[in-house]
Amino acid sequence: MRFNKTTSPYLHNENNVSAVMKRVLLALIPGTLVYCYFFGWFILVNITIACITAVASEALMLALRKRPIKPYLSDYSAVLTACLLALALPTLAPWWLIVIATLFAIIIAKHLYGGLGYNPFNPAMVGYVVVMISFPQHMTQWLTAQHGLDLWQTLQLQLFGITPASVQLDAITSATPIDSLKTGLSLQKPISEYIQSPLFSFSQGTGWEWIACGFTLGGLWLLYKRVISWQIPAGMLLSISAMAIIFSLINPDQYAGPIFQLFNGGTLLAAFFIATDPVSASTTPKGRFIYAIGIGVLTYIIRTWGGYPDGIAFAVLLMNMAVPTIDYYTQPKVFGARKP
Amino acid sequence: MSTGQPIGEVFIPSKLVLPLQQHIGEASECLLKTGDKVLKGQVIARANGYVSVPLHAPTSGTVTAIDKQAVPHPSGLDALCVTIEPDQQDTWIDIETPSDYKDMDPSALRNRIRDAGIVGLGGAGFPSFIKLNPGARTAIDELIINAAECEPYITCDDMLMRERAAQVLQGIQVMQHALQAKRCIIGIEDNKPEALKALSDSLQQAGIDSIELQAIPTIYPAGGEKQLIRVLTGKDTPSQGLPLDIGVVCQNVGTACAVYEAISHGRPLLSRIVTLTGDGIRQPANHEVLIGTPIDEFIQHAGGYQDSVKQLIMGGPMMGFNLGTDQLPIIKTTNCLLALPQAADSGSKNAMPCIRCGACMEVCPASLLPQQLYWHAFARDFDKVQDYKLFDCIECGCCSYVCPSQIPLVQYYRFAKTEIWAQERDKIKSDHARGRHEFRLERLEKEKQERAERMRKKKAALQTSKGKKPAADDKKDAIQAALARVKAKQQGKPAQGQNTDNLTAEQLQKIQEIDARRAKQKSGETDTGKKPDTNHTVE
Repeated sequence: MRFNKTTSPYLHNENNVSAVMKRVLLALIPGTLVYCYFFGWFILVNITIACITAVASEALMLALRKRPIKPYLSDYSAVLTACLLALALPTLAPWWLIVIATLFAIIIAKHLYGGLGYNPFNPAMVGYVVVMISFPQHMTQWLTAQHGLDLWQTLQLQLFGITPASVQLDAITSATPIDSLKTGLSLQKPISEYIQSPLFSFSQGTGWEWIACGFTLGGLWLLYKRVISWQIPAGMLLSISAMAIIFSLINPDQYAGPIFQLFNGGTLLAAFFIATDPVSASTTPKGRFIYAIGIGVLTYIIRTWGGYPDGIAFAVLLMNMAVPTIDYYTQPKVFGARKP
Repeated sequence: MSTGQPIGEVFIPSKLVLPLQQHIGEASECLLKTGDKVLKGQVIARANGYVSVPLHAPTSGTVTAIDKQAVPHPSGLDALCVTIEPDQQDTWIDIETPSDYKDMDPSALRNRIRDAGIVGLGGAGFPSFIKLNPGARTAIDELIINAAECEPYITCDDMLMRERAAQVLQGIQVMQHALQAKRCIIGIEDNKPEALKALSDSLQQAGIDSIELQAIPTIYPAGGEKQLIRVLTGKDTPSQGLPLDIGVVCQNVGTACAVYEAISHGRPLLSRIVTLTGDGIRQPANHEVLIGTPIDEFIQHAGGYQDSVKQLIMGGPMMGFNLGTDQLPIIKTTNCLLALPQAADSGSKNAMPCIRCGACMEVCPASLLPQQLYWHAFARDFDKVQDYKLFDCIECGCCSYVCPSQIPLVQYYRFAKTEIWAQERDKIKSDHARGRHEFRLERLEKEKQERAERMRKKKAALQTSKGKKPAADDKKDAIQAALARVKAKQQGKPAQGQNTDNLTAEQLQKIQEIDARRAKQKSGETDTGKKPDTNHTVE
């Protein structure tokens, strides 16, 4: 009798790429639901716009690159990039802004570098930085919580820029806590004044802290499921907290404390979902920790002293560049390398 | 699935095909020719070189062919085999009645084990006697008996321990004696409670307290030699090193049983236990099979295939290799035959790109970075691959098993290894050629110089021979040398007592004592300040 010839091993577990991506998407749900609770339909509309753009551009690029479309589309990696991008962009970002960011992320940052697995930079963060630099004024259009707009009004506003008659656009936009802190500091007001204002508290704030909690919940589940490794969130959160503690001890009037830094500006979303993108992150255990510490420190520096409202995207991209070097110098000791 | 029935009895097939190479090292050298009659246990091929063992006829019969045939090897190449047609009489050759192993010295034991053709039966097939020869300088602390049998499906060691625990233990004692090992530990995975119980019962019955039995957690690849040693002793075998370097020797339980047969009964290795299993098999079970039995005949005898069978693997599902056909013989290292209904897609059809998730790294027993190895192997960057310690990879298959992108990682590592080996061979070859060329140039140059020198000397000789007589000079020299020799003898030779040839030990000692005293006195005269230390000089 004759048989087929292949090579060992002949067993494989059930895991596959789309299962990994699906788990990450599932983990985003709690944070997104909290987002919806505070800010209404906007985020879902934005996610939908981003996803449609991402899937369409992914299919187009796969066809142009003569790759099989179905297996690659069903890996959910493009959808995940789109969701992360939509969650990172301002709530009131116009639809074309989301489309541009997504197209850039998928076409340039992902496929022109070789597609899934080959992109040295986090695609979502590349898309984010492109629109952040190109359209700075649109990147500050955040929504106030509890604005009271229904789905129809939301769609009209997002897709056609039609503000409902009953409300003024100015009335429903507001700065994020990080932005207003920065503005306040530039007006020489001490930080304690802001920290006590309702914008910054769990109980009566605008909800950002609760959204961050939602993402944390999803992130912890991913850790439990071993989809992400603990080194990246731990390294990033530790380093941001350490920086915040050091500087707020030096000058509490000038620098916000660790709680503020952790729960605002997407720190937790980034720590659990963005910095953990395996493709562009470091891949050794020690290297992941170093990589995450780098992101935390850079984020704090850009946030505190830089010209941009938040530094996470830049911090992630900068550390992406350092990954090959980090990986090379942080190889674990092989079995038997330690002296007996 | 294959432990439900006792080990199947040996049967004699219609022919036996015995490859001359069934072990790591040099192939054996055939001693017979076509048409020769052989008896069971007769040597049909002798060891060729140190890393080699002899091969025996598993039953009596006639040699019908000595030619190249397909053998079970991943390369799929043909190799020289001896084919025997059994006469179904199963007549033994006269075997020496062996003496008690405790009276034999280790080297005699090793020779016997070698002569019995015993190789590692765990799957690698390294001649066992070599591992039992640690050399004079290395003391062996531990003899580890590998009973982990960590690969799924394989149960031949499990069944062997259940049914032949006493023999296994005796074989272990022989090996412990040969090694003079201080400790002996049997490592067995805790998913084999029956085998564990059988061993501990027979340990108790025999009252053996020199062998420890340790259950270890069932985690693949716990049966890897270095992994097992770490689990049992906490010692790490150095990277690129041998267990011997840390005073440990590791042997398989099956080997232990074969050693018992060889030492206690004088029987060479003629058969082994093979697990026949998988969803492609009608009656999964273990069988004792003669070495050389054709696989197709064996499987028919043991119940046959299911209709759904699609592939046949020799070894386990993680590290085995699959066979293109079943018209191949069972050899000394065939521990398992696994028939599966579906062809596993380990080809690159389903593979997605690596997303660097690091799942492979987390499971790698050698603490490598499989994702980086893959990346550089894929790019054919063989220097980088070695930077990432490719040659510490044991090809256990864990990385491929967990890879979410279903990349056949191990295949890439094998590819990189063979490429690097090929490059090294080429380099050695070209170095050799260059060396030869340089040597030739040197030799030509030397010959030229020698010729020139000879010519010069001849010329000089021709010129001088007309004048002096060189012979007179020579004579003078010889006389002077002889005189010098005599002088040297008279001065330099120490005064020696007469009649000192046949002395007893006591007398010698006395003389030494007297000499010592004299020396002491002499030294006391010269250096009066110090009192000589009597204790030291006398005793």
